Amino acid sequence: MSAPDRAVPSARSVFGRLAFGVKPWEALPWAVAIACFFLFPGYVPLFGQIVIMTLFALSLDIVVGYAGIVTLGHAALYGTGAYASGILAVHGWTEPISNALCASLFAALAGFITGAVVLRAHGFIVVMLTLAVTVTFYEIANHTGQWTGGDDGLRGIDMSPVLGRFEFDIYGDTAFFYGLAVLFVAFVFVRLLVNSPFGWSLKGIRENLGRMHAIGCPVYWRLLQAYTIAAGLAGLAGALQAQTTQYVALRALSFDLSGDVLIMLIIGGIGRLYGAFIGVPIYLLAQDKLSAQDPANWYFWMGIMLIVIVLFARGGLLALAARLTELVRRRWR
Amino acid sequence: MSDMPCLETHALCKSFGALQVIQNVELTLAVGERRALIGPNGAGKTTLINLLAGRLRPDSGSIVMGGTEITALTEAGRARAGLARTFQINSLFRNLTVFENIFLAVSERLGTAHSILRPALAEEEAVALSEELMRDLGLAADARLVVQQLPYGHQRLVEIAIALALKPKVLLLDEPAAGVPAGESGVILELIEALPKDITVLLIDHDMDVVFRFASRITVLAQGMILAEGAPDDIARDPRVREVYLGKGRHG
Amino acid sequence: MGDWSVLVSIAFLGFAYGMVLYLISVGLSVTMGLMGFVNLAHGVFAMAGGYATVTLMNRYGVPFFAALAGAFVIVALLGLVLERTLYARLYGTSDFDQVLFSIGLIFVSMAVARHFWGPLTQPMLVPAYLKGAITIFGRDFPAYRVFLIALSVVIITILWLTLEHSRFGALVRAAVDNRRMAQSLGVNTGRLFAQTFALGSGLAGLGGGLGADILVIAPGYPIQYILYFMIVVILGGLGTIRGPFLAALLLGVADTACRYFWPQIGAVFIFLLVFIILFFRPQGLLHRGRA
Repeated sequence: MSAPDRAVPSARSVFGRLAFGVKPWEALPWAVAIACFFLFPGYVPLFGQIVIMTLFALSLDIVVGYAGIVTLGHAALYGTGAYASGILAVHGWTEPISNALCASLFAALAGFITGAVVLRAHGFIVVMLTLAVTVTFYEIANHTGQWTGGDDGLRGIDMSPVLGRFEFDIYGDTAFFYGLAVLFVAFVFVRLLVNSPFGWSLKGIRENLGRMHAIGCPVYWRLLQAYTIAAGLAGLAGALQAQTTQYVALRALSFDLSGDVLIMLIIGGIGRLYGAFIGVPIYLLAQDKLSAQDPANWYFWMGIMLIVIVLFARGGLLALAARLTELVRRRWR
Repeated sequence: MSDMPCLETHALCKSFGALQVIQNVELTLAVGERRALIGPNGAGKTTLINLLAGRLRPDSGSIVMGGTEITALTEAGRARAGLARTFQINSLFRNLTVFENIFLAVSERLGTAHSILRPALAEEEAVALSEELMRDLGLAADARLVVQQLPYGHQRLVEIAIALALKPKVLLLDEPAAGVPAGESGVILELIEALPKDITVLLIDHDMDVVFRFASRITVLAQGMILAEGAPDDIARDPRVREVYLGKGRHG
Repeated sequence: MGDWSVLVSIAFLGFAYGMVLYLISVGLSVTMGLMGFVNLAHGVFAMAGGYATVTLMNRYGVPFFAALAGAFVIVALLGLVLERTLYARLYGTSDFDQVLFSIGLIFVSMAVARHFWGPLTQPMLVPAYLKGAITIFGRDFPAYRVFLIALSVVIITILWLTLEHSRFGALVRAAVDNRRMAQSLGVNTGRLFAQTFALGSGLAGLGGGLGADILVIAPGYPIQYILYFMIVVILGGLGTIRGPFLAALLLGVADTACRYFWPQIGAVFIFLLVFIILFFRPQGLLHRGRA
């Protein structure tokens, strides 16, 4: 982010806006994703999971990394999207894209309503309220088994082929590319958001809340806007999950999942747009390799890692990379 | 229109617990007026600014700007209504660049700050206005520098720039040259003198040279009440004012 | 006549529940007010006290009171060690960092609990002389709950007297009120923080052990109950010790009532209530006007 010598005319077209400031290396994550599909065919279902969780973590980054709202309740929005998608599908709405969009809107609405309450508070009360939201949603889902399947989860989600042609199958190929396409569109949107005046004002709110008030920024509404958008994206990720795995469990609304996605994001680094793309694959691949035997063991090490990161490696891998490049740059002068 | 006061307070009161910090302050500023607010430490000057700006709520009394009561407006609401302020201790976006600092204020004023649809750098009007303001304040060379890295005098200029970016009708300056090394404060003072004549300015300062150079009228605040108010020469000769400063240090 | 009996039961059980909540939460209130640390992991100490009590009694045959005292000491020591080695490094850091740290600690403690004690709830073996019922004013009350209320009152009275009349208490109150002033007056805040944290953790452990059949001891404890502790602290007012008492009793009775009358959504009802309260008074209910 810096001042150009004059405003850039190419941003007048839609493509110009979307591709504004794009650097060549930004094609890398997508190239890697597609390459992995062909290089490691046995892992495609896992890659599909990575794609979905990346979208989820990206939405969390908007709230935590950009808006600076500490939330332990993002899973509530993800789960809302998942259940919305699943319930719609079970009742006949099986066209994937429209189903996902509808579920996403539903989650955005849930985000708007809960955000309206949560954001009235300040400091640690916000954290507590987000946790309360998660627990509340969980209990509601738990007690409305006739809709959600309760403890057993929601099954019988059978989606129609994407665009009428690409069927979901057990190999996960369609799921992977479908998810990747959705992630791409969502990412382009988030990138635009982050570089927009809105995104800049979020950074301002995070940097100096008092000054934002003093320059006339309607902070509460700005944050609510961010929260709602992030909720919609989280719900979209949840819908993808429901559609591609054909199953929604209560875990989708749990604190555990909120914590997990937070960890995934922290590993990569918050507020840097690409944190999710780094943290999620590392977390899920490590989990796939290491936690097969004992899930409790996994949480033990995750807890240790969180503590270590907070004490010694704030800002995650991207911050580390930034510091290293800065060091290198200085040496090179 | 020119007769209507730009900013008024009526019977403004504020206490913190048992301590009455502002007592029945009646203030009237005409459009374009250059008013200085002086007084010993603890007189309540910054509290008054905070009340005017909306950072504090008065216990009683009202504040009127341009004929409209703004007492119920929030800080942000008042900023949108045309009231801008600077802080005695810089309140900047320290990890953002000078350009970004000013852009944030400009885009709020233009009403495009909530927009997601375009990259910020492609907002031609906001970018142009920000660049213009930076040029006017001599900050153009610093545009891409992170505020944290700037010398204090330049940071102070950014502080004022943010307030000016709001194109305010009323500008509250809380010790604008405070903490700035003597060599750099000249720029700030020239800037204040060159402010457009249609902006009403209320300036707090301890430096009497600045006050007498700048103000057309002076209000003296002591113990939360207005002790004296008038033309600079009258205030300079007023024995009560001298008494209130007698024996107390001039620095705050 | 029957309704009245039900209400008395609910009030009684709610009181017992509230006492336990208070014992556990008072430490949280003071440390949050004193160190400004968002300790979401506070439930870990209560859980540790519960496991300590149950293990001392069941595995080592320690008598009940000694087990409770042992739990207090063990958890106080645990709190002391963690405070000096970990918490102290994070004072003054952002809320976000503190929340992350707390989650890390929660995960670690849950994993440890599951590893050593398994995923199931620990049974609370009430000693024989506290079993059964006691008759008060012609009505039967569960003996253990009566004992719990009585012991809690004793402990709370001692706590309040200590904080009101001891030098330690005065230091704590001063530092909560104005930390920087206290420091400039030569108060060794590091040691004060450590002592306060140890005391608060110890009490939480004691509450955890004492209330093991109300707030059941299982690996999910820290997450399951942290909201209740936080509600007590927020409603009661951060950094105070009397406000949370009232809040805890209110919460205990309200939660018991909700679970009784609306067993389906009882748990949720409390949170909805809290939402509504916080929507209108975002700074807390019995809050005493600090920023």
